[in-house]
Amino acid sequence: MPGLISMDDFVLRALVAGIGVAAVAGPLGAFIVWRRMAYFGDALSHSALLGVALGILLGVNLNLTIIALCLALALIIVALQHQQRLASDTLLGIMAHASLSIGLLAISFMESVRVDLMGYLFGDILAVTTRDILWIYGGGTVALAVLAYIWRPLLAMTVHEELARVEGVNVTAVRTAFMLLVALVIAVSMKLVGVLLITSLLILPAAAARRFARTPEQMGVLAALSGALAVSFGIAASLRWDTPTGPSIVVAASALYAATNLVPTRRQATG
Amino acid sequence: MALAEMTEAVPENSQILAELDAVGMRFGRTVALAQVSLSVRRGEIVTVIGPNGAGKSTLLRILLGLLPPSSGSVRLRPGLRIGYVPQRVAIDETLPLTVRRFLSLAIDRAAPGDPQAALIEVGAAGLIDAPVQGLSGGELQRVLVARALLRAPDLLVLDEPAQGVDINGQAELFALIRRIRDRRHCGILLVSHDLHLVMAATDNVVCLNHHICCSGHPEAVTRDPAYRALFGTAADALAIYAHHHDHRHDAHGEEIAEPSGQD
Repeated sequence: MPGLISMDDFVLRALVAGIGVAAVAGPLGAFIVWRRMAYFGDALSHSALLGVALGILLGVNLNLTIIALCLALALIIVALQHQQRLASDTLLGIMAHASLSIGLLAISFMESVRVDLMGYLFGDILAVTTRDILWIYGGGTVALAVLAYIWRPLLAMTVHEELARVEGVNVTAVRTAFMLLVALVIAVSMKLVGVLLITSLLILPAAAARRFARTPEQMGVLAALSGALAVSFGIAASLRWDTPTGPSIVVAASALYAATNLVPTRRQATG
Repeated sequence: MALAEMTEAVPENSQILAELDAVGMRFGRTVALAQVSLSVRRGEIVTVIGPNGAGKSTLLRILLGLLPPSSGSVRLRPGLRIGYVPQRVAIDETLPLTVRRFLSLAIDRAAPGDPQAALIEVGAAGLIDAPVQGLSGGELQRVLVARALLRAPDLLVLDEPAQGVDINGQAELFALIRRIRDRRHCGILLVSHDLHLVMAATDNVVCLNHHICCSGHPEAVTRDPAYRALFGTAADALAIYAHHHDHRHDAHGEEIAEPSGQD
């Protein structure tokens, strides 16, 4: 039956895309959690909608515009945080909602172009194309390679930034690389869960992995696995009960996190 | 006397490891440091004391190269290896990190140390598999010192090492710092707002309150009027404490000067 085959196809594409994103979002999300940057992730991902508007307006590849905009915003945030006129979370809250609102306004002005606003806000993973998958796996491979390269210095500065500087870590370069990675992941995962829910894909799997990890690396790998599990459950649930897929994935990730808290802690025998 | 006279660049064969020359630092209109000059020699323990907000941490940050001074200069011996023990380490509970892994972050090709050996040196051998977040204040300080030692430092810089450590732990900590100096013959620069025990463990004391109020050997400094003005009653308490080591000292704290800011 051709209808059945095509359904299998888009489900398969969704799964492949989701697992690809989870593999990168897991370890990167672990750093977001360790560095307490959830608000930062929100600010960047919300600005992605403005990137979409700009991309459509300029006729440039959307992924590239989103990455460029996220990165520009990340650098602005860092510069503003240096001045410390406002508390960091206030500043990030302002950036997140201002950029989201500007993005919404910009899109509302584009009457000539049909923009699937809901898709950008909450994701449309079932509409993922082969081209999207290439973006996800290409970008994901680059992101994981860069993350592996900066893992040690990034971990050192996560533990203590000044100590890492004294020990010779180029903190500015590593931080910029890390932000670029976050921007990249936001750009490629927007299609899956939408700008409003991307942060959950970064922090929920990492939080779920915490109880079972004994080293930072274990936590990164477990976060990737738990993210992949959440994507699979979410897509399955979405097909089964005809629920929106992006939120279903996030609910699955939350349920997974809640479930890990029900597992009794093992007394660590060896440490 | 470790102060002010040195203006030439640090020569290779000199005993001087690091020196600040007329360093000034302003943050906006606030003058944090003015005309601060000091040096640390190999095998010497220099302690910077001063009240909270006197610019002690700023001074360390400038010496460590973390903060460029507004004026003056910092000179380090070429190829100087610095071990740094920061004041506070707050690692998020969500980061699974054992002491071994924490220590290994300091190891690189230039400093291929052994975490276990460093822990043994600071008397904390049993902690290697413990999670860093679960350590007590005293244990954490020892682990931090071990991490600094892994860098095989010529100069060890400690920011408020006694903070969060109980009084017995503090005595042990300062004894440890002296032992490290004796064994490794490195220079040590430490900062403290706490007078207790610091004096006994140091060769040179620098009293800082945005500028250097007085400096020299601990015994001389404790008799300096500028020191007494800076620390007031605490200085008298210390004089009584020092009495056990120095029987020429008068135990009565008669003239209690006003503890006042200098600027």
